[in-house]
Amino acid sequence: MRLARVVGTVVATRKNPKLDGAKLLLAQPVDQAGEATGPTQLAIDGVGAGIGELVLLVLEGRAAGTALGRRAAPVDAAIVGIIDPAS
Amino acid sequence: MQLARVIGTVVATTKDAGLAGCTLLVVQPLSPQRETVGVPLVAVDTVGAGRGEEVFFVRGREAAFPFLPAVVPTDASVVGICDHWHPDGGAVASPGRDPRARRRAARATKKGRN
Repeated sequence: MRLARVVGTVVATRKNPKLDGAKLLLAQPVDQAGEATGPTQLAIDGVGAGIGELVLLVLEGRAAGTALGRRAAPVDAAIVGIIDPAS
Repeated sequence: MQLARVIGTVVATTKDAGLAGCTLLVVQPLSPQRETVGVPLVAVDTVGAGRGEEVFFVRGREAAFPFLPAVVPTDASVVGICDHWHPDGGAVASPGRDPRARRRAARATKKGRN
């Protein structure tokens, strides 16, 4: 899993039927210092994350499909956790 | 998955039998700010995307899932067409700028293909 920050939302009316109802978020992988690393990913949200939150991002299809709760869905990235803000 | 813009199509008469009938699109990955990221790649179309449209594509084994139970030897597939996206605090993005792509999207919506 990677650390990532949610940086946006995507609206797509025409998409694969397996993605119907899925929330699509733009997630920018970051390092421990919060610096962006690598390209922004479009991920399925499985936990109700919002813009600006630090999240756990899986970049693997099987885990992403599980997060979506659908088998054989064409997804390769999913948000599976929200990291608690440091107090 | 990644955001991308369709920048062309590929015609290949001689190809794996599993790719027969597939539309091959050349897509350029984009950042949320519409800057190009990396190099263009060829992806199989699964949603009827056209040149100029902004789409998202999936990589890896999952790229073949839209075709199940058929087995298609692809490692990248376009699985959605973006209406718009909302970058962090930025302006609302518009759909594809190609007027033909816009008309095609409007027709598809009327037909109830969404």
